[in-house]
Amino acid sequence: MRQPYDGERCSDAGSCPCEQVIQVPRPAAPAAAARAAAAQPAALRPRAAAAVAGPVRPSRRRWLAAGSAAAALSAAAASASAASRALAGAPATRPIPSSGEALPVVGLGTWITFNVGNDPAARDACAEVVRAFFADGGRVIDSSPMYGSSQPTIGHALAGLGHPPALFSAEKVWTSDLARGTAQMEASRAYWGVQRFDLMQVHNLVGWEVQLPRLLEMKAAGRLRYVGITTSEGRRPAEIEQVMRTQPIDFVQVSYNLLDREIEQHILPLAQERGIAVLANRPFREGALLRALARHRLPAWAAEIDCDGWAQVALKFIVSHPAVTCAIPATRRVAHLRQNMGAARGRMPDPALRAQMAAEVAAL
Amino acid sequence: MSEWWTYRPGDFLMFAPATYWRLFELHNATWWPAPPLLLLAGLAWTGWLAWTARHAPFARAAPGSSTPPAGAPWLRLGAAGAAAAWAFVATAFLLHRYAPINWAASAFAAGFLVQAAGLATLAALPGLALAPHGRRRSVGLLLCAWAVVGQPLLAVATGRPWAQAEVFGLAPDPTAIATLGLLLWTSTTWRPARWLPTALAILPVTWCAISAATLWTMGSAQGWVPAAAVLVAAWAAWGRRPA
Repeated sequence: MRQPYDGERCSDAGSCPCEQVIQVPRPAAPAAAARAAAAQPAALRPRAAAAVAGPVRPSRRRWLAAGSAAAALSAAAASASAASRALAGAPATRPIPSSGEALPVVGLGTWITFNVGNDPAARDACAEVVRAFFADGGRVIDSSPMYGSSQPTIGHALAGLGHPPALFSAEKVWTSDLARGTAQMEASRAYWGVQRFDLMQVHNLVGWEVQLPRLLEMKAAGRLRYVGITTSEGRRPAEIEQVMRTQPIDFVQVSYNLLDREIEQHILPLAQERGIAVLANRPFREGALLRALARHRLPAWAAEIDCDGWAQVALKFIVSHPAVTCAIPATRRVAHLRQNMGAARGRMPDPALRAQMAAEVAAL
Repeated sequence: MSEWWTYRPGDFLMFAPATYWRLFELHNATWWPAPPLLLLAGLAWTGWLAWTARHAPFARAAPGSSTPPAGAPWLRLGAAGAAAAWAFVATAFLLHRYAPINWAASAFAAGFLVQAAGLATLAALPGLALAPHGRRRSVGLLLCAWAVVGQPLLAVATGRPWAQAEVFGLAPDPTAIATLGLLLWTSTTWRPARWLPTALAILPVTWCAISAATLWTMGSAQGWVPAAAVLVAAWAAWGRRPA
């Protein structure tokens, strides 16, 4: 598999459908590096860029000035250190309202990207993504029996990693037939190689009247930890609301991104009101959003929230909504996975900036 | 499916284009050296079509004649070969390779097996004869030549490696297109089965439509190839017949 070049779209490289723009780090030229250092906010400026040059034998006044500068530098360095710790430390988490268990705000989806069939090389590439995901503090992996070979691909990755205890497994049942649903969940469990799933969701509300009571029974018996429902692209909003109002579910999974924001009107407030965790799918509109945004320069406010690419902007917009528990972007590239996980770190947009982000992206 | 009108073709595409093209790479590698051998076999058969088109333009047995019509053994061989190809593609490609990434592929495989049975029946049919229509022969030859030679070249032409070439007898698209070409050359003088060559075009046409839709949804302009094959075959089949 060839290496992508800087600025190339992911799908151009022929191995990943997520369409993120590839940013290959290159060593900066000395003059460019100096310009970049001068342009950085003081708090993040590296110490070396702020070094004080002075005479060999400084005067008393100069010693005092140098002392003040050193104190200022020390404060700046401490601030920079705190900022870099925030960027390099554990990912931000949100509690599941029904239990208080904390989940990292960025998870891993597997729609399309992990459906690689009997391709050993592609399975190994997905396993590397999962390895990087856990190494970066990730926990939530979401799949479905509808996703082709994604489940065995996940199982292959988890087996190679010795089944990391941090895993939060989110699966779905996708049939209106009760007996078939039981067999389907058991097959999914065997593919993943887990003792039990943390979260089982009714896929696209298919047969929820039949499946939800069974899932709640399984939860009561300790065979599941959480129960939820899913939909995508804003389908069946009235039915989603009905289930959220009447059923004791822990999770709801819906589509939410910078452009698809209808759920802000009813579903997200209802989730907050009812104490239901929210998983956000299609954060990049299956890559179409990032494809469109890639033609535009990253706005200045992106630096204010520690974003180094549109993918992080899109994800930070989602996970900064107070009702959202976790966004689940999908990728087959480790570099993109790391970019995505970067959205769980650093500063998050406040409501005013969120509104500005949505307005500017909609206008692009 | 509720709110079916809100679904787009892209909602049903459950794999990445790179994954789809890798199927052919793995398939060709598994069955090596079948790709070059099938290419040679296809060239030999297409060469016979070209020779016949030139030297026996209207070779056909007279009704009621006990003499086998000219070219009938080659047609039987072609139909039998196509039957074997459809059966092989159904099991080795659609069921083993494609079904893991597309749950509809099992249904496609069933259709391919039905087509294989139909072509085997055609190969055994009495009264098999070359189609008399000049345009049918020209277009049939063109489609066979495309399926054998042109389709594999598309991999390189569209920036993919040679290893991902779609080869007649191994991959579904060239197999379906070549079958349309074969059927344009085929007719039967046995009255009870005169409908069979036309009926046997239904599944290849259906597959070409499915493949075109899949490729277009993947964003590949290659979707025009199976679509054009169907249009050209239809134009030839329903064209003016010689007096």
